[in-house]
Amino acid sequence: MMNKINNKKTSLYLNILLIVIFAAVITLLDTNVIGDAYVRRILNLSAIYAIVSVSMNLVNGFTGLFSLGQAGFMAIGAYSVAIFTVPLAERAKIFYITPQNPVLAQIELPFVAALLLGGFLAALVAIMIGVPVLRLKSDYLAIATLGFSEIIRIVFTNIKSITNGALGIKNIPTMPTMWVFFGIAIISIGFMRLLITSSYGRAFKAIREDEVAAEAMGINLFKHKVMSFSIGAFFAGIGGGLLATLFATVDPNQFYFPVTYNFLLIIVLGGMGSISGTIIASFVVTAGLEILRFFDEPLTLFGISIPLFRPGLRMVIFSILLMLLVLFFRNGLLGQKELSWKLIIDLLSGKLPRKKTGEGGGVQ
Amino acid sequence: MTGQLFLQQLANGISLGSLYALLAIGYTMVYGILRLINFAHGDIFMMAAYFMIFSIITFKLPWFVAIIIVITATVALGVLVEKTAYKPLRNAPRMSIMISAIGASFLLENLATYLFTGVPRGFPDIKVLTTTVKIGGLSLTIATLITPFVTLILLYAVLFITNKTKIGMAMRAVSKDFETAKLMGININKVISSTFIIGSSLAAIGAILWGSRYPSIMPLTGVMPGLKCFIAAVLGGIGNTAGAVLGGFILGMAEIMLITFLPAFTGYRDAMAFVILIVVLLVKPTGLLGEKVTDKV
Amino acid sequence: MSILKIDNVTMKFGGVTAVNNLNIEIQEGRIEALIGPNGAGKTTAFNVITGVYMPTQGSVYYKGEKITGLTPDKITKKGIARTFQNIRLFKNLTVFENILIANHLRLNSNFLSGTLRLPWYSKEERQMREKSEMLLDKLDLLRLKNEIAHSLPYGEQRKLEIARALATDADLLLLDEPAAGMNPSETMELSEFIHTIRDEFKLTIFMIEHHMDLVMEISEKIYVLDFGQLIAQGTADEVKNDQRVIEAYLGVEEDA
Repeated sequence: MMNKINNKKTSLYLNILLIVIFAAVITLLDTNVIGDAYVRRILNLSAIYAIVSVSMNLVNGFTGLFSLGQAGFMAIGAYSVAIFTVPLAERAKIFYITPQNPVLAQIELPFVAALLLGGFLAALVAIMIGVPVLRLKSDYLAIATLGFSEIIRIVFTNIKSITNGALGIKNIPTMPTMWVFFGIAIISIGFMRLLITSSYGRAFKAIREDEVAAEAMGINLFKHKVMSFSIGAFFAGIGGGLLATLFATVDPNQFYFPVTYNFLLIIVLGGMGSISGTIIASFVVTAGLEILRFFDEPLTLFGISIPLFRPGLRMVIFSILLMLLVLFFRNGLLGQKELSWKLIIDLLSGKLPRKKTGEGGGVQ
Repeated sequence: MTGQLFLQQLANGISLGSLYALLAIGYTMVYGILRLINFAHGDIFMMAAYFMIFSIITFKLPWFVAIIIVITATVALGVLVEKTAYKPLRNAPRMSIMISAIGASFLLENLATYLFTGVPRGFPDIKVLTTTVKIGGLSLTIATLITPFVTLILLYAVLFITNKTKIGMAMRAVSKDFETAKLMGININKVISSTFIIGSSLAAIGAILWGSRYPSIMPLTGVMPGLKCFIAAVLGGIGNTAGAVLGGFILGMAEIMLITFLPAFTGYRDAMAFVILIVVLLVKPTGLLGEKVTDKV
Repeated sequence: MSILKIDNVTMKFGGVTAVNNLNIEIQEGRIEALIGPNGAGKTTAFNVITGVYMPTQGSVYYKGEKITGLTPDKITKKGIARTFQNIRLFKNLTVFENILIANHLRLNSNFLSGTLRLPWYSKEERQMREKSEMLLDKLDLLRLKNEIAHSLPYGEQRKLEIARALATDADLLLLDEPAAGMNPSETMELSEFIHTIRDEFKLTIFMIEHHMDLVMEISEKIYVLDFGQLIAQGTADEVKNDQRVIEAYLGVEEDA
């Protein structure tokens, strides 16, 4: 008993310490004391990827639905921010070939409003896809969402008076501080974690474990699937909106469907059904993709030309990694577990549980 | 619009539909047996087109030799994908196999980009296929003309194999009940390999006819036809070979008719297949020729 | 009073008639059983009652209200809960989570109040937890609270599945072969357990079972199904001596 209380106290102290260190690092980065623009950009991107990946894990890892529409939902969020936050004065300059829709040309929204609008629009579209598809076997969801991702790109390329077509929208106001990205990431992921640990989240997991049994326990499968799917879409939309302000520009090709595979890699690496694993994997993969970039650029190697290194190698390595992961390392870093101080201490002291266990892990 | 133009487009629609049908058979057979959406199927189709380009343009082989080599190579690739990406995960959760399928698809696309670059390559001009003939005022290429017949002959062959041969009977048994078939001593691996052999060879033939029609091949050439053909298979009733062909025809026709009658919406031709998917799932989720499946509880 | 009435139910799959003109009335507060050789259509009958299948013909009434055509979750909400022939627990979740999930159907708060832990949700969550702990305690499963469901011994898994069904606040419990795979002493224990929960929770129990000892011992009324037809009904003694029942069982002795 004494031990238990001590553990709790230790955990609390360690958590406070972690939060202080985290806040300090972000503040130092933010005030330019450490790091540079490139580092800040990668970290911001990682935070965005963490939001989108957790949202995808909510649907795929916790509810057991195979959805591949994250890129499409991000596009909706990104365009919402792009269309509504560019200052009115600059609109004509951007929409110089096809003028912007006269109604939209007069609306400018504050960033947060446009961001939320994007999230809600993404959720709305998710409901429109989900209602016909989620009544059936969820296999079709994979194809429907992959197709939707493509359709959204096609539609956004074609409705030029709203999206400026293939030219994209530039001059999106950027954010002065990393706290915007990290703050929204903390709120979004916190929200999803609270959802997952609520009674609704347990219902999602029940559906993942066994649909027939879940339904026999009085869980309305359709309602809960649509709920999980649209909440996942909402946060993908939020992630997309943040991406727009980070890059200051959007165009349809940023949301080509393979973008979704980044998040797929992240959730497989982190563990389908683990939020903390997903967050860690988001940072690892985002940074990793940047590091892998040198495989694509033989010119940066000061004239030493290695024939193997040329554009495309990075993505080959990326896809091989995805395959190796799912073939040999299916549970990823954490499986369905969450990172806790107890887990770390156990790991460090070599008290590794021999067999794979679920949350709590007290199996003999 | 003249009646002439309409007939011309009708012929185009039937021909495109037959191409879709060839790919859709591969999807429907694999799904019937493994309950797996073989995401890599469209990319195997794309690779077949590249194989044809290399056989004829780089190695200057005569077309009939090239066709045989392309079919062989494509079959080898299809079986390789099954053995490396799907077989090790046969007892894994369904989601893992689907992710592996996505991984295989993505790997083929990226390999093609890396090896052949993203720049479109011209498909060889095979005169036997691309020569235009005039029939009653319609001018059609031989490829357009023969595609429906090739598809019907191959459909007949596939139906013959699945209905009349021993391996076909095994395929049907496995698709009805995987576990029981296994217990009955059916060689599951052989059945699955045969399925991939049939699917991949049809994809190879489809790719050759496709290239003669749209002679520009890119690493992502297979993506859209792949997605559409899976939809065609769902439309026809997943697991049903004849249904896949019917679904392919309907999708091809619908696409060409959209372009013909609503040219303003040409940009949305790729989107239409998904609209059709949603409508089918709403109205008749088991597809046109599909049987109602009840999960055992 | 009859709590469940199966009225002229026929269930066909393609050309096969799994259940033919079935008429059964279960009396409230009793333990009744459905027996019959393998493939007689027992589980199909359960699936029709619980809404997994829509019968080809006929209706099912629960407490006088027609429930045919409702989805399984709606039927469970009305007060019918079931277990499965081949245990269907939420395998990778804990015992406690399994029970909590079965409470979800009675939750009034929406997902937003749940996620934001608004006071009225927190109250419901607290009540759910207390109620679940009490249930586990009553059934002597509390010591396994934090175990992962699939790590439990077989008999405990069966028990947990029954506990989970009880957690939905059911009045009618359908048990699909609860003693399958159990040895005689485990079966004896189960028999006692079923009696206890019936009395404690004021349940009506309708069960499918192959273990004749168990069936004969605890059932107040037995229905015998063969090739989808009801061939006999009555008390254990009546059924035991029925000529058609004997024939049905002798004919398929190797399966029974």
